[in-house]
Order: sequence, then C-alpha cells, then structure tokens
Amino acid sequence: MYFVVALVMLVRGFSDAIMMRSQQALAAGGAEGFLPPHHYDQIFTAHGVIMIFFVAMPMVIGLMNLIVPLQIGARDVAFPFLNNLSFWLFAAGVVLVNLSLFIGEFAQTGWLAYAPLSELKYSPDVGVDYWIWALQISGIGTTLTGINFFVTILKMRTKGMTMFRMPVFTWTSLCANVLIIASFPILTATIAMLTLDRYFGMHFFTNDFGGNMMMYVNLIWAWGHPEVYILILPAFGVFSEVTATFSRKRLFGYTTMVWATVCITVLSFIVWLHHFFTMGAGANVNAFFGIATMIIAIPTGVKIFNWLFTMFRGSIQFTSPVLWTLGFIVTFTLGGMTGVMLAVPGANFVLHNSLFVIAHFHNVIIGGVVFGMMAGLTYWFPKAFGFTLDETWGKRSFWCWIIGFYMAFMPLYVLSFFGAARRMQSYANSDWQPLMILAWVGAVIIMAGIACTVIQLYVSVRDRKQRLDVSGDPWDARTLEWSTSSPAPFYNFAHLPTVNGIDSYWDDKQQNGADALLSDGPYEDIHMPKNTVAGPVMGILSIGLGFALIWHIWWLAIVSGAGIFVAFMLRVFNDDIDYHVPAAEVERTEREHRERFQRRDELEPINRVEVRA
Amino acid sequence: MATQTMNNPDTPTADHHEHHDDGSTRVFGFWVYLMSDLVIFGSLFATYAVLSGGTAGGPSGKDIFELPFVLVETFLLLFSSFTYGMGVLAMNDNRVGRVKAWLGITLLLGAGFVGMELYEFHHLIVEGFGPDRSAFLTGFFTLVGTHGLHVSFGLLWILIMLIQLSTRGLTPMTRPRIMCLSLFWHFLDIVWICVFSFVYLLGVL
Repeated sequence: MYFVVALVMLVRGFSDAIMMRSQQALAAGGAEGFLPPHHYDQIFTAHGVIMIFFVAMPMVIGLMNLIVPLQIGARDVAFPFLNNLSFWLFAAGVVLVNLSLFIGEFAQTGWLAYAPLSELKYSPDVGVDYWIWALQISGIGTTLTGINFFVTILKMRTKGMTMFRMPVFTWTSLCANVLIIASFPILTATIAMLTLDRYFGMHFFTNDFGGNMMMYVNLIWAWGHPEVYILILPAFGVFSEVTATFSRKRLFGYTTMVWATVCITVLSFIVWLHHFFTMGAGANVNAFFGIATMIIAIPTGVKIFNWLFTMFRGSIQFTSPVLWTLGFIVTFTLGGMTGVMLAVPGANFVLHNSLFVIAHFHNVIIGGVVFGMMAGLTYWFPKAFGFTLDETWGKRSFWCWIIGFYMAFMPLYVLSFFGAARRMQSYANSDWQPLMILAWVGAVIIMAGIACTVIQLYVSVRDRKQRLDVSGDPWDARTLEWSTSSPAPFYNFAHLPTVNGIDSYWDDKQQNGADALLSDGPYEDIHMPKNTVAGPVMGILSIGLGFALIWHIWWLAIVSGAGIFVAFMLRVFNDDIDYHVPAAEVERTEREHRERFQRRDELEPINRVEVRA
Repeated sequence: MATQTMNNPDTPTADHHEHHDDGSTRVFGFWVYLMSDLVIFGSLFATYAVLSGGTAGGPSGKDIFELPFVLVETFLLLFSSFTYGMGVLAMNDNRVGRVKAWLGITLLLGAGFVGMELYEFHHLIVEGFGPDRSAFLTGFFTLVGTHGLHVSFGLLWILIMLIQLSTRGLTPMTRPRIMCLSLFWHFLDIVWICVFSFVYLLGVL
C-alpha cells in the first residue's frame, strides 16, 4: 500500500521536477519562462517535500513492512494496530499535500520552511500551514512506525535468530528505525514551535522579541540529517541482499557491514551543522562538523568494498536488480565524493546555495535511494504479488534512469562552478542556457525511465499467468522470506522457522533440496489480530483536523479532534481484538501450496527459463 | 518487568510469537515511546536554553518565578509518583480495591499540580507576561506547558484505568496498561525535576 501511494506521488513529484527544468531551460537572459516566481517557488518546495516525505519514505517503510517480519521469521509486527494507524496517518499527510493543489496554495519557502521566511510575517498565506500539518500528521505516523519496527526486530525474532544472524536488510531497517525514534520527535517539536509562532504569536524563531531563527535551522537539520540516513540505510540493505543473492555467494564481510551500518547511525547525529557552515558558528565548530562528516565516508567505503568483494569471483546474474546495484555503486561513490568536497568548510563557503548542492544530493538520493528502491521493488515484487516483474522493461527503465540522471545533473555541477545558484526562477547569463537545456533533456530521459516502469508493471500484470512464482523462491535466494509461498500466507509461516546461522535458509536448501521449501504437518492454531476500522477512521478524521487547522475552521477542528479521541477510546475499550486461525485452515492453505509446487514446471514457464538458466 | 525485557533481547523464544500483545512486548514498546518523547522534551529544553536570554525588555526568570509556590507543585507531583508506586505494589498483590484507591489519590495530587500550574500561567498572562511577550516567555510557557499537557493526559489515562479497573478488574489487558501508565507517570516526574532545576532554580539564580 505504501508503495502504490509512493509511485503515484513519484509521478506528482516528477512533474514538479520537469517543470523546474523546463523553466530553467527557458528563462535565460531576461526571458521569464512560463512560471512566475510565486508559482515556481511553490513547485520547488512541493518537489522536495513530496519526494522525501511522500515518495522515498513510504518506499522505504513499505519494503520494511513487507520484508522485515518475513526475514526474522515472525507472523506479524509487534503492534499491528499501530502499524495500520501509521499508514493512515501517512495517507492523511498525502491527501493534505495534494489538497493544496486545488484549495489555496503550497509553501514557497523551500522544503524545510526555514524561519523566519516561514513565519506569519513573511508567509501570511496558508501555504506554510499546509506544509506544517501534512508533515506533522505523517511525521507522527513515521515515529509510530519506528517504535513498532524497533520492537518487532528486537522482540519477535524466531528461534535461533540472534542479532548477528539477522539479514542485512533487517539490520539496516533496525538502524533506520533507531534513527526515526531519535530524530522524528525533533521534527515534531520543531514544527510544533513554528506552529505556535504562527498561530499564537509566539517568538521562537521571529527576528524580533528575542527570537532566534538559527535555532530553527539547527533543530530542523538535527532531524534532517538523520533523515537522509533513514532513507539510505534500508537501500544499503537492499543492495546487500541483491548482491549476495545474484552473486551466489554469502555476503562478504557480514560483520563489518553491520558495524558500518551502526557507525553511520551514530555519526549521522553529529554532522547536522554541515548544512549551514556559513551560519558563522566559528572555525572550531565548523572544523568539528566538517571532520565528522568526512568520517562518515569511511564506513560507507567499507560497505562499497564489501559489495564489490561479494561480486568478486561470484557468478553474477545480470538481472535488473543487479543493474540497479551496479549503477548505484558507481553513482553513489561519485555523489559521496562531492559530499566530502562539500564537507570541507572552506569549499562549502564557495559552493553553498549553488547548483552544486542540488547536483550532490540528487547524486546520492537518486543513485542511492531511488536505485535501491527500484532494485528492492523488482527483487521483492514476487514475494508481495506472486509473480515476477518483466525484465526487459526493467532494464530499459534502468538505462533511462542512469543516462538521464547523468545528463540532468552533471551539467548542474558545471554550472555551479560558474556561479549558478539554486532555486533560480530566471537568470541573466544566457551562456548557461545550453547546459540548462542539456539538463532538461536528461530530465526527459528520466521521464522515459518512469514510463518504462509503468509499462513494466502493466506488461507484468498482463502476463502474470506466465510469470507466476509458484515456489516462493524465484531467485534461489538465501534469507527466510523466500522460504514461504509467494505471496506469503497471512500468517507468514505455518511453523516458525529455526535458524542456525547467517543465510540459514540457503544452508537448508543445500541439505534438503527443493523440499526445504515446504512445510509438514501437524499444524497448530495460529494467533492473529483481527481487522479493525479504527486506523482508517482516525486517518480520515486527521485529514479533517489538519484541513480545519490550516483554514482556521475551529468547529471542524474540534469535531475531528473529538472524533479521533472517540475512535481511539472505542479501540481501547474493545477486548475482542484477536482470534485463532484453526489448524485445519492452515493445513488446507499449506496443502494447496504443496500441490501447486509440485506442478511448478508447467505453472512457471517464464521464470524457470529467465532466472534459473 | 521492563528490566527483563532489556536484558535478553538476544534470546527471544518462540513464545513471543504466539502472543503478540503479550505484556512484556507492550511495556518494552512503551519504553521506546518514552525515549522518543524524551527527545521532544530535549528539543524544548535546548530551545529554552537558547531563548532564555531573549527577554526583549520584558521580565526575566528572576522577576516572575516564585520558588515556594513551585516547590509545593513539585512535592505534589513527587508524592503522586509515590502513591502510584503504591498502586503498582497493590496490583502485584492482586488487590484491585487498593489499586483503585491509590490511583484515585494519584489523580487528586496530579490534578492539584495541573491546577497550580494553570493558576501560575493565568497569573502571568494577566500581568501581561504571556507567551507572546518575549522569546524567553515563549520558551518557558511551551516547555512547562508541554509537561503540563502530558500530566493532563496522564490524568485522563488514570481516569480511564479507574473505569477499566471497575468494569473488568485486573486482567492481562489492564495490567500492562497500569505498568505503562506507571512508566509514563514516573517519566513525567523525572522531566519535572529537570524543569524545576534548569528552569526555576537556575532562573532565579
């Protein structure tokens, strides 16, 4: 569900992107282009907000939802109701952002709504209020997700699954969730303070009455920098799984991979000031944060080498997830190096607020997060839907993305050296225009890449009968999620698996062959949570609450707030929240899976040729 | 209960999967929530520290804080933590009547605390020292008010637990809730000790 919303929002966020590139391709040497500043500023703000909060985050959290319980051999997450509520709060944020298209306007402040620009005095319209409530509501959902998955991973692992036997994707998810728990509350508090300034005339970040606007920038980046690692760490996890699976080797340096992840988790909290070296904190403070930032390159480098050594002398299958991974290794390394350049405070004074910054973070976010999520989508799609994605269109999408990316963003590095600033609605120097047009062509190629993904989904759904994954293990993979059928039964595992080491499922297959894929009776009753409408109801009511607060419709705010409280109370006073799946039903499900499995050669014509060959 | 949870995360047993709302998981999850809440308070403390000099010609802490009044508030809250602790002991003895009595006393003490805080806020606003007067007062009202809001939610929660204890007694559902509320209440106590020390005591120095 997260992924579906994310893909729709990707299209929305991308249409903002192509508008910006078109504008900059046109508006040179006095020309005004087709977007007035008022509109252009909303677009770059919406692009940033949507891509980070409503595309990248739900993709990451969507993969966690799908895979983490399966990888640790659990039947569900620790708090299923909370998980459901998190999704609906996120969805409420999505609705609010999209409402701003039709009713009123969006913020014109840049994606982090720096104060004092975002204060009432300089942004008197509802744009910033949309920003506030969309992020506040979805941010609370994210915090709940973080708590939920943290507890799930620590408390729900199956027998024998010690911490250092967990698959790397689970490890990176664990670290990402630690970051969520520790950083999203800062976002909540910061947005709340901005809200108090705007709604109650307080003076946190105003430039009069003793307010301190730099405190806002500090707080928002104390959340914002961990946030980028929340996005990238799970992507690292995806690449680790993909590399090991398709190289037919155990991941090189599992332990160092885990420790590198943990190091990045810790370091990500002591680098936030590198986002504003020019604030004037002084040479010593800048030096500390500059060095801390450079140190992060070390564990990241460890990871890069681990992936390379896993591939070294492996028998690599060049499936599309592997292509995304290879594209990532090259692109991300490049982006990491420009990041280290930015981490030098002296250089930063020259480069800050220029297109160099834009090129750098797209370099790591597209090369890292987007490629990672595309790899993860292709890799785990059969686990979610029971059939594989079309490889041809997947590879076309990859080539469009990587060529388009380099064509769109390399010119921006060059332009930044000539002094091109970020967020320009128009510029006087018409010498820049050729490179701006080149960047626009790159964006069009990326658009073709997105179109390829849409076609890929269409073609795969159309041919799903031929693309069935009957075994539940289409890639001959190594971790527990592949030991159950595709899609997994709602109880995930008929018997909770026992784990004896890293890649225990792979070892099991080596010993027992194809039978490792099947479970035997006798079966027992399985304890599961009941479905509930409380989550969606609270989500819908929070849309009402957010909308009412944006437009100062106090009666609606009170009604929605009271409704949320009542819905929550009904849930609190409801004892009847779980049930048992009878053993007979489990047995029937497992028998059907077994029967299909025995006919897998006729049911799986494409996958057996394409992948197993 | 919570300590056990923290000690052996590496040796989960199959039992956990069979009861996913088993009490220890819920209490552990609540611990994690409290840590995230602590980050909110941390952000507010940091902001207050930065803004406390920004009086913009208005009063400073020395001018408006009345320590004896705040000391009474503090003792109300500290004592309510003790009474809640007695309630948990009564729960361990399975004496539901006593649990209810101790929770009732906690409720009164907490309500006294919130009442005094509201009086203090009202008093300041009437004198013209509201949260919109200066950045210092903005930070002060928000930090102390957020704590007060938490205590008020705690009071509501105690009320709900009193209803649930009356209608269903001590069950596998209500017990972990009493434990979580206990953690919440003591947590607010600790936060208040920080507020008292850093805001009020340092403020009048």
